[in-house]
Amino acid sequence: MSDALARVPELLAAHVLLSLSALALGLLLALPLAVWSARHPAVARVALGLASLVQTIPALALLALFYPLLLATGGALPALGFLPALLALTLYAVLPILRNGVTGLLGLDPAVIEAAEGVGMTRRQRLWWVEAPLVAPIVMAGVRTAAVWTIGAATLSTTVGAASLGDLIFAGLQTQNWPLVLAGCIAAAGLAMTVDLILAAVERGLARRRRWQVRGALAVLAAGMALALAPLWPVRGGDTVTIGAKGFSEQFILARLIGDRLTAAGYRVRYSEGLGSSVAFGPVASGEVDVSVDYSGTLWTNQIQRTDVPPRPAIVKGVADWAAREHGVRLLGTLGFENAYAFAMREDRARALGVSSIADLARVAPRLAFGSDVEFLERPEWRSVQGAYGLRFARANAYHPTFMYRALASGQADVIPAFSSDGRIAADKLRVLADPKGALPGYDAILLLSPARANDARFVAALRPLIGAIPVETMREANLLVDRDVDKRSPEEAARWLAARLRRPRASP
Amino acid sequence: MPAPPRLAFEGVTKAYGAMRAVDDVTLAIEPGQFVALVGQSGSGKSTLLKTVNRLIEPDAGRVTIDGADVSDGPAPALRRRIGYVFQNVGLFPHLTVAENIAMPQRIGGAPVDVAARLDQVELPRELASRSPAQLSGGQRQRVGLARALAGEAKLLLMDEPFGALDPLTRDALGRRVRGLHDQLGLTTLLVTHDMAEALLLADRVLVMDAGRIVADATPAELLAGRGGSIADALVAVPREQARALAAMDRE
Repeated sequence: MSDALARVPELLAAHVLLSLSALALGLLLALPLAVWSARHPAVARVALGLASLVQTIPALALLALFYPLLLATGGALPALGFLPALLALTLYAVLPILRNGVTGLLGLDPAVIEAAEGVGMTRRQRLWWVEAPLVAPIVMAGVRTAAVWTIGAATLSTTVGAASLGDLIFAGLQTQNWPLVLAGCIAAAGLAMTVDLILAAVERGLARRRRWQVRGALAVLAAGMALALAPLWPVRGGDTVTIGAKGFSEQFILARLIGDRLTAAGYRVRYSEGLGSSVAFGPVASGEVDVSVDYSGTLWTNQIQRTDVPPRPAIVKGVADWAAREHGVRLLGTLGFENAYAFAMREDRARALGVSSIADLARVAPRLAFGSDVEFLERPEWRSVQGAYGLRFARANAYHPTFMYRALASGQADVIPAFSSDGRIAADKLRVLADPKGALPGYDAILLLSPARANDARFVAALRPLIGAIPVETMREANLLVDRDVDKRSPEEAARWLAARLRRPRASP
Repeated sequence: MPAPPRLAFEGVTKAYGAMRAVDDVTLAIEPGQFVALVGQSGSGKSTLLKTVNRLIEPDAGRVTIDGADVSDGPAPALRRRIGYVFQNVGLFPHLTVAENIAMPQRIGGAPVDVAARLDQVELPRELASRSPAQLSGGQRQRVGLARALAGEAKLLLMDEPFGALDPLTRDALGRRVRGLHDQLGLTTLLVTHDMAEALLLADRVLVMDAGRIVADATPAELLAGRGGSIADALVAVPREQARALAAMDRE
């Protein structure tokens, strides 16, 4: 718990950097656009129309849309991380500033504009000396709205791999650690309220033409930002590495395990958490993430787009060759356990229906409800299983992984695609169905190193002891420490627990 | 002191759709003249005035000041040489009285002596630090006049400058404008719908109707009925009022 809260300053800094950068960029975009729009009604219609359209797109979808957009640049721009989050949030910030700017400019007293022209001002003089000061308080009200929206929406940037206070919320939801969720919410809301208060002071200062108040409030804002950003200030002599993690407990634990080893080896460590499972490879290839744990079958089916299912070692070899050849990513080795998709049912239900394999399941499936996680229904593995067994369920619902198990326990779902390393399979007494046709590939946990770290001897030496060191039983226990409902542990604690139980390395690799 | 300029219109025309607001107007205003341009609402008098400082660009014809076409060169440079006062004043609400008056200096003109300009329009110097919202209507128009003259303009354009003022303020301000015209050696073009004001202040009265100049005479000539029918109708109103008042006075 306290370990997790220790990340608040770092995440707050990232959150401030992201949301205020987006706000600044939004201002830079919206202000000239507002001036242009106020002069040309046609421009105003298009600009305000587009900005309103952007606003109707849910923030999460807007973030998601920038991923394929940036991917289309062919690697010229990073598709995950800070950039897509910044761009999406910038678009979000434009509307309130633009709308208030246009409204303000069009609402100016025509006599004042006539006087400005009559006295012989150029357009630029009129803009800076008359229009800008008169419209400033109205624009500032728009900036406040944009600031609050941007700071709120920035919590969602976790999903595209940009660090923010959303990391706490998503991690807390994943591990059912409600104080963590609350900490993320309170920190984000507190930040939004503080920034809004300061900007309100700026707005009042502008409206009452009190220059000292405007300058004072802006100075407070700048000082606050500098303070909030302190954790991001570069530390001399430290080699900072970023550890990537997808959004579930096992990944959080393994990220901490790796992080602790790298810290011990003298690296400064950052975490980039909550990446979508099938896009998590991208940041490793681009070097935004230095090291991550992935699963051989995920890359095999989603990245290489193979539909055949060879034996597990062949898949690992195939992935290793492909990653090195196509992306310069090094597959350092397997951790020793597999986290495969495993169709699971409640033991009592499976016995009553006489189901012990997916082939058995196919017979009774039309009467059953399938509860899956959000991703599985979209993945090639699901199509492969459907094709091999002719699976058709009465209905299929997508849940957050945590709630998927709840749905199975409560009977809302009869079958779920569980994860074979999940401690809840044993704890909930679930029956894992056999895959006699071999429709699902192997999912060996593999350690991936970015091109820059592939030949970093110190880095490799720090992580090599993890290779083959984690049996699936140990991983399940560690996962259960975090996932269980009573006496929950944090991923940090589970990582330390796991570190003490690593299998001794074999004599020779 | 530089000489007052000569202002000339040559075939100036401006149409809004089918309606000709200004219809082929040709006339000259001699240096130092105080000319009133009178007409009813919609007669085109404000439109004609605004072609001088290019707040309105004519469709045809040209306007010259001392022989130079006003459309040569950038409009802001032209406007800085012309004093412009209009009914709604348009003081900059975010600036003090002093900052308003000194605006010609700020946009690139010679230094402005704000105190002297306040004296000129008979306003107390203490008003310099006030904001326009704290002034009365008459005070505001005086500040507007001071701002218009602060750039050392020799040509003064006034568009219904007293329209929104009470009669006493109006009368006093009219006299002050006429006094400044004489004292500073200006050429002044005053647009008004009030014939009495025109007769009392101007050297020469132009009557405009449906975009055309229908009368061009001195106040004395107009009073003598030599301005034509439209001018006569406009002159008749204040004349009847004056007669009625004089009759009441005698009773």
